[in-house]
Amino acid sequence: MATDKPRSFQEIILRLQNYWAEHGCAILQPYDMEVGAGTFHPATTLRSLGNKHWAAAYVQPSRRPTDGRYGENPNRLQHYYQYQVIIKPSPPDFQDLYLGSLQAIGIDMELHDIRFVEDDWESPTLGAWGLGWEVWCDGMEVSQFTYFQQVGGYDCHPVSGELTYGLERLAMYVLGVDHVMDMPFNAPDARIPLKYEDIFKQTEQEYSRWNFDVADTDILLQHFKDAEAECARILAAPHIDPKTGQKIIMVHPAYDQCIKASHLFNLLDARGVISVTERQAYIGRVRALAKLCADAFVLTDAGGAAA
Amino acid sequence: MADLLLELFSEEIPARMQARAADNLKKLVTDALVDAGLTYGSAAGFATPRRLCLTVEGLLAQSPDVRQERKGPRVGVPEQALQGFLRGVGLTVDQLEIRDDKKGQTYFAVIEKPGRPAADIIAEIIPQVIRNFPWPKSMRWGQGTLKWVRPLHSILCVLSADDGAEVVGFDVDGIESANLTAGHRFHAPEWFSVNNFDQYRAELKKAYVMLDAQERANHIWEDAKNMAFASGLEVVEDAGLLAEVAGLVEWPVVLMGDIADDFMDLPVEVLQTSMREHQKFFSVRNPKTGRIEKFITVANRETVDHGATILAGNQKVLFARLSDAKFFWENDLRMSLDDMAAKLSNVTFHNKLGTQTERVARISALSREIAPVVGADADMAEAAAKISKADLMSEMVYEFPELQGVMGKYYAQKSGLDDAIADACELHYSPLGPSDIVPNAPVSVAVALADKIDTLTGFWAIDEKPTGSKDPFALRRAALGVIRLILENKVRFNLSSHIDAELIRHKVFLDRNTDVAKEEFLEKELLREIADHGVFGAALQAVLDAVLKKGKETFSEDQVWLEHLLESIPENCTNLLNFFHDRLKVYLKDKGVSHDIIDACLAMPNNDDFMLLANRAEALQVFIKTDDGTNLLQGFKRANNILTQAEAKDGVEYSYGADVKYAETDVERTLFAALATADEAIAPAIKAEDFATAMAAMAGLRAPIDGFFDAVKINADSDIVRRNRLNLLGHIRKTMGQVADFTLIEG
Repeated sequence: MATDKPRSFQEIILRLQNYWAEHGCAILQPYDMEVGAGTFHPATTLRSLGNKHWAAAYVQPSRRPTDGRYGENPNRLQHYYQYQVIIKPSPPDFQDLYLGSLQAIGIDMELHDIRFVEDDWESPTLGAWGLGWEVWCDGMEVSQFTYFQQVGGYDCHPVSGELTYGLERLAMYVLGVDHVMDMPFNAPDARIPLKYEDIFKQTEQEYSRWNFDVADTDILLQHFKDAEAECARILAAPHIDPKTGQKIIMVHPAYDQCIKASHLFNLLDARGVISVTERQAYIGRVRALAKLCADAFVLTDAGGAAA
Repeated sequence: MADLLLELFSEEIPARMQARAADNLKKLVTDALVDAGLTYGSAAGFATPRRLCLTVEGLLAQSPDVRQERKGPRVGVPEQALQGFLRGVGLTVDQLEIRDDKKGQTYFAVIEKPGRPAADIIAEIIPQVIRNFPWPKSMRWGQGTLKWVRPLHSILCVLSADDGAEVVGFDVDGIESANLTAGHRFHAPEWFSVNNFDQYRAELKKAYVMLDAQERANHIWEDAKNMAFASGLEVVEDAGLLAEVAGLVEWPVVLMGDIADDFMDLPVEVLQTSMREHQKFFSVRNPKTGRIEKFITVANRETVDHGATILAGNQKVLFARLSDAKFFWENDLRMSLDDMAAKLSNVTFHNKLGTQTERVARISALSREIAPVVGADADMAEAAAKISKADLMSEMVYEFPELQGVMGKYYAQKSGLDDAIADACELHYSPLGPSDIVPNAPVSVAVALADKIDTLTGFWAIDEKPTGSKDPFALRRAALGVIRLILENKVRFNLSSHIDAELIRHKVFLDRNTDVAKEEFLEKELLREIADHGVFGAALQAVLDAVLKKGKETFSEDQVWLEHLLESIPENCTNLLNFFHDRLKVYLKDKGVSHDIIDACLAMPNNDDFMLLANRAEALQVFIKTDDGTNLLQGFKRANNILTQAEAKDGVEYSYGADVKYAETDVERTLFAALATADEAIAPAIKAEDFATAMAAMAGLRAPIDGFFDAVKINADSDIVRRNRLNLLGHIRKTMGQVADFTLIEG
């Protein structure tokens, strides 16, 4: 196993892609919608339901509007990348596979202190929870390691094993960079060497301003209501498509609306217009949508329903 | 004799669950062994992050034979009855014995259960223990249905005796028991076979695993102390952290690192909290300056660079964390405490009890009222209360909730407030538990009392009292806090009046949406009257009178409201006072005062003055334990029993009018004299709250009462003499009743 040091952010991503491809994961592409975490990708949320076996890995750009710091904070970004691995059923050597991936990106197990520290995962918006750890490398959290127990209110059977790497933080550590904006995105000796700031500094500023001060809250609120209504409407449609005469349950289009509602809630939260008491109510509304989608997914072929 | 070794090897077990799990494993397995007839010599459970282990030594190799006899029906009973018996014992009729019994020939079944080999029994027990193990949280994995704290990988189960070792074979959800285990995840991951506990423990040590959590903790603590000492520093003790860290490593390697100078301005509590909560670091202090200058971290492995890379990484993470803390600290210092306090209006304390701002207003008013009683300046107590919760709005406390109060103190100091006020910001939360330090600075005491009384009365006002084991708002702790603040500072006041005042404030707030026109006026009037009268009922009556005087028309709604108060508040106050009394009983019991003694004192007036109550109870407890006290109590009980019976029979109360002129004997006259002497001493002593003197005066009654009962027949032939003697007993009851209600004392 190569433990030579990678030299750039993208090399770390490429090595993870290769590693998990070698270990049998389908390498998917990011989901083409704004999400708060890689878990929201239907390849994780929906595919962890039902009894069909599954193995996928992908990079997921993730947005956390409240974490915006105009590109000034060395560690905090409103847009960042997660690397997500999901394998169902969780393999018996999942921990070893994971440690292999750290080695693949240049973390020498002989020199570093890797620890599995209790951290149970819960997503109130997805109605999901699991047990696992945060993985520490020399005292720094580098990944989240979870065995899904429930998603959308359904017991997971078989259980999916999920890994989430916070790519920027992990890469900064491996590359020895103190400020995310200083991190080499491509190789430092590339024809045109680009740093993280060359790509994301300006966008961090733009989104921070928009997230915190400019986003039109009336429009966001309306969009939230629209997404909520559309999600329910899609799922209320008869399962048999009158045009083709086939059974077509439109889970993914509905789930897109659920994802939208979740992100709109995050934007509203960043604008500071959601009070503490309202917060729970909004989370509950998104959870209700996720639950509807889960209910529908288990009726489909991919969800393991008998044909 | 045999020895059992069991190891359950899994992915990382949460540190906080390990010790309990090792205990549970030991208890569940050994209980089941004993139930099955396998007694043993000794047993011990162990846990590391990756394994639970149990060793049982001196186990019977086989359970003893059991012979059981059961009596059946008589010979000749209907066939059905016999068949029933045969089914029950699992035998056929030719296997039964026939014996002569009192009622004739009777069937007997003799069932002999031969003992079973230990291995067979263990093979049944362990899978059951595993399947039903009481983890606080457990999970499934892969395609299995077994639940364990994290995926379970292997089971080692070996039974060894002098003549060798054998694997106890069984299967739990596809995991077959064996004699294999593995060492440290990175240092020695190879599997190896094991025959007995001593070898297991020794081989593990070679494979970089310290099996015993206590050994790991001791190792960490010794190394940490030595390392700090070598630099002229000391490690800040933290038993909880030590236990946790010992549960995160199988092979502890202690490393000491530096804290950058940039962070030396931060309060030590901030450094400590950030390092402990985020990084699980120990703080290393310079004993000369009190500053935290270094940290200790515990790695789970040795490295060729002697931990240099690990330490560098940890230092980097710490730098980022402390940069955050410093950022919060500096931002907070730019804000005034008043500005922070103003933000509390956005924070709900409880959806019925309003915002933190509304709560702070109540606490401030109550602090002001309590101040004179505890020797605090009223303005200062009120000022302290007003900013006491401000730090909840600081960035630092948002990040580290456990620093509430401490940060308030620092921010108050930095803004130049009086030290008494700054200290109250921190100390008004105290005491948090039965062993926590009780503040004694007057301003802190005033705010601490007000804070807790407000919380208690609030939840009483909305009927959210603790029930059974449910006490989500920690109200028992708050009540104990009030009791300790009062008793340990010798505070004298009648708690009821403050409870009433605060209940009214809550009531006014809760009824804020009704149409009561002058609620504020009424509240002030009421509170002023309470301050004057000290008694709620009288105060309320006074305000009602005032309201009525002003004219029924305008104030009819107020009158309704006031009458409603008259119904709800005294009841709530009594109920809350009872709750306090229950806590007080627990508290005084720990001080050696038994519950019946406390009951005897609770029956006396002013029982909401806890200092008076405690003094009385403690003096009484001492007295009752003396020879005089014990005998006097018997005398009292005898007198009381006779009186109660006579009073029930005669339908009168013998409580007055014993006259010495009807005394027929000297013992009677002696008792008259003794009672007169006691009365002379007791009343003023009670008034002066000099319970020791009162008890001593009672002690003088013992001999005369004993003498009286020995020599005198109460039911004399003469009715006059009889009544006089009964009244004399009544006099005893009355005299002693000034001190406590002796009828409630057991013995």
